[in-house]
Amino acid sequence: MKTIKFLSLSLVATLFLASCSNDDSPAGAVNEEEVITTLTATLTGGGQTIILKSQDLDGAEGPLAPVVTVSGNLAANTTYSGSLDLLNEAASPAESITEEILEEADDHQFFFNVSNGLGAFAYLAPNDENGHPVGLNFTFTTGATVGTGTLTIILRHEPSKSAEGVSSGNIANAGGETDIQVSFPITVQ
Amino acid sequence: MRYILLFAFLFIGNQSLVYSQNSLSGRITNEKNQPLAGSHVHVSTYFANTDDSGNFVIKGIPNARLQVFVEYLGYKTLDTILDFQGNKTLNVSLKPDVSQLQEVVLKETYAKNKAQEIKTATIEKYSSESLGDALKEISGVSSLKTGNTIVKPIINGLHSSRVLIINNNVRLEDQQWGTEHAPNMDVNTAGKISVIKGANGLEFGGDAIGGTVVIDPPHIPVKDTLFGKTILNGQSNGRGGSVTSSLFKGYESGWNWNLQGTFKYLGDFQAPDYVLSNTGNRERNLSGSLGYKGENQGFNFFYSYFNADIGILRASHISSTSDLIRAINSGEPQYISDFTYDINAPKQQLQHHLGKINYYKLFSNDRKLSLQYSFQFNNRLEFDLRRGDDKDKPSLDLDLKTHTVNADFEGNYSEKLKYKFGINGSYQNNFADTENTNVRALIPNYDKFDAGVYAIGNYVLNDKLSFETGIRYDFSHIDAKKYYLKTRWAERGYDDEFSQFIIGEEGQQWYTNPVFSYHNFSGSAGTTYEITEKLNWITNISLTSRNPNPAELFSDGLHHSTGQIELGDLQLKREVATKFSTALNYNTSKFALEINPYANFINDFKVLIPTTIILSNRGPFPVWEYRQVDARLLGIDVTADYDFAKNLNWHSTASYVYGEDLTSNAALIDMPPFNFNNTVSFKKANWNNLVLSLKNETVLTQKRYPNNDFYVDVLDSGAPVSTLVEISKPPKGYSLLHFNSEMSFDVFEKSKMTLGFNIQNLLNTNYRDYLNRTRYYADDLGRNFRVQLKLNY
Repeated sequence: MKTIKFLSLSLVATLFLASCSNDDSPAGAVNEEEVITTLTATLTGGGQTIILKSQDLDGAEGPLAPVVTVSGNLAANTTYSGSLDLLNEAASPAESITEEILEEADDHQFFFNVSNGLGAFAYLAPNDENGHPVGLNFTFTTGATVGTGTLTIILRHEPSKSAEGVSSGNIANAGGETDIQVSFPITVQ
Repeated sequence: MRYILLFAFLFIGNQSLVYSQNSLSGRITNEKNQPLAGSHVHVSTYFANTDDSGNFVIKGIPNARLQVFVEYLGYKTLDTILDFQGNKTLNVSLKPDVSQLQEVVLKETYAKNKAQEIKTATIEKYSSESLGDALKEISGVSSLKTGNTIVKPIINGLHSSRVLIINNNVRLEDQQWGTEHAPNMDVNTAGKISVIKGANGLEFGGDAIGGTVVIDPPHIPVKDTLFGKTILNGQSNGRGGSVTSSLFKGYESGWNWNLQGTFKYLGDFQAPDYVLSNTGNRERNLSGSLGYKGENQGFNFFYSYFNADIGILRASHISSTSDLIRAINSGEPQYISDFTYDINAPKQQLQHHLGKINYYKLFSNDRKLSLQYSFQFNNRLEFDLRRGDDKDKPSLDLDLKTHTVNADFEGNYSEKLKYKFGINGSYQNNFADTENTNVRALIPNYDKFDAGVYAIGNYVLNDKLSFETGIRYDFSHIDAKKYYLKTRWAERGYDDEFSQFIIGEEGQQWYTNPVFSYHNFSGSAGTTYEITEKLNWITNISLTSRNPNPAELFSDGLHHSTGQIELGDLQLKREVATKFSTALNYNTSKFALEINPYANFINDFKVLIPTTIILSNRGPFPVWEYRQVDARLLGIDVTADYDFAKNLNWHSTASYVYGEDLTSNAALIDMPPFNFNNTVSFKKANWNNLVLSLKNETVLTQKRYPNNDFYVDVLDSGAPVSTLVEISKPPKGYSLLHFNSEMSFDVFEKSKMTLGFNIQNLLNTNYRDYLNRTRYYADDLGRNFRVQLKLNY
């Protein structure tokens, strides 16, 4: 008889515990601040402005692929001055990630590449506090070669900026982690 | 203990010089003056057992002062000195030994195999390591590691939610679903560790598909005693060490208490060729108990606190597939810096509190009722490399609270039939602090309610054959709150089946309230047959059911150490395992062998399977989904021990498991490869208990693995280059040598000091282990010199 009392007592205790704390309503939905949903590269030169844009509204973890757009064709033998803008459009209002990158400039560097010898890149200021390039501003110079190819923009977080070739834009020794890796189909004519 | 008594007999017996003949007679009773038939009485080398009325006579005792022992199982041994100069009478009433009665019969059934138990002396060797490291002593137990500090036990090929860890009779609840979540407990609190392979631990839960690890605290006897120990460890690899100290106090009156603490401090570990940057760790642990063991009732308060900071190899933190490819192809870490004690992100900060109170009452005929309430609070912080305002914030902050009550009753129905039954209930609350992390919660907030009832019986048919059977029912109810990206919700196909779970929306996300209930049955049946005195045979069939864990149901996000997106599935059902296992034990005074083959058939086995590749602004990511498949694990564990010459011993363990995914007819991922360990030891007691041993640890290459390699475009060189990501192939097998030595000295009065010196990975071999999650990024540990100083007092 005693046993049964004990057993029932513990069951009651359990139910009591189960019925109490049910109050933790979670904080609202999280909109992660570090997500880079949108990268826009603006190329200005030869009287043209070409916009390259990769927009992934559900972030890296969402199932949707980014929407990549290129506003027009580039001209041969032209120097374009380029600037990058990064946004988190999942937040409302949209947040600028560009400013964050400028604030932590020594932890970030962009790398550029184009296939089929369609042109060459060079870094422009501002540099980071150690005088190493960041790459938010750059120039892209097309040569005499015309045709189609791929223009790639990569952002590395905590790269080895002092490693050989990294300051001149060679990614091979950069290390670090990839925050952005997008490619745009371009045509030089 | 036996031997000490034996020595005492020999010593005292030899003093008998005059060979006159005396007799000793008398009656042995319990405290209620009832006869204790079969009590054992010895005087020197003479002995007798009492008859049904408790009477005994020993004849032919020489004239001498001799020590007399009266023993009866479950009672305190009486030990007195009598001067034999003529016939003597000794009438004794023995007192029950409560401490022995507590560990009643049923525990024997699983602890029977010595090979599946780790004793204090062995646990102490792992004082500066972890529970998972110590468990590798047992054949069939391997470890799933992340680096070298996060070590989870794998029992017969299974781990995480499939292995229960019972710490001081409390089921450890510490986010154990995660492959990178090691048991949050201090191995130094353990007095004994046992492994139950299969479901024989039904009293602890019905979901131990892999097995159960049972950790018991050191035993404090009911007598006036004060003892303790301090262990100091210093090691070259990690340039640090640990100190642990404990004190135990027992009183004749039945009261007892103890206090124990551990402090550990280690910097970056080292592989043979480089520093493993950011792999240091710290631990600060404390535990204590206060108890009373009365004649027929008792109680115990226990509290323990575990606090660990664990650095995760910096090079193993990746953000994209191209980072992973660079890591795999380069063959060395992408981040190496000078040795430091600092721990930066990525890292884990863990805290675990466990408090419990236990009460028991003894009734006549060895019946016992136990009641227990326990509370656990676990806080897990995980830090990733982050940017901007969130730089110093954790990416994961989970608070897990668990309340559990247990009531167990055990006793003897007759001489031959013993039983145990009980109920338990628990309430668990998980809180994901997303305000602190600013990251969408991988594991959502939930309330979980569990209730279970079980009964186990043990029937001894005769001296040779006994049966054990048990059955258990569990009810589980989980009520979760989670935000889903709308795109993900739709992609998962939840719109049709689970639209009733949606309770709100915010921007791009649905706010959902998934609720699930489960009813599970489990059971086991087994026999133990003593074929001869030296050979016994144990067989067991068990049925276990495990509900999908929170990760399997709710995961949806990027895993920074694997660069894969892991997706849970609300549609998953329970997994059910049927395991057949058998063990043959052969034991002589010099040689022992245990062979333990098993077959485990698991329906709806949860496994991560790569399904597709998604594109993002960070490049392509492979997506791995939790799926359920039918699985079959066949395996064998062997342990052998042989005293092959005077002072020399050979100890060997080996295990093999063959895991098959029957749904796709492919090998199961992450199965431990064939491994064997051989130790040769030299022991000489009269050279200050000198022990010298050399151990070989060999792990063969796992040749059976699913091929999950995939191609992605790598953009580093400008034009996209389609590149194979070789994530599947296990690393080459390896063979390591470890040296161990120790000596002990008597220092002060009643104190013993043991000095140990050992070298792990003696030859500084480069190797990587298939079951180490950082194997893509760096080699495993290089040579380590370790000095251990142990003081028992």
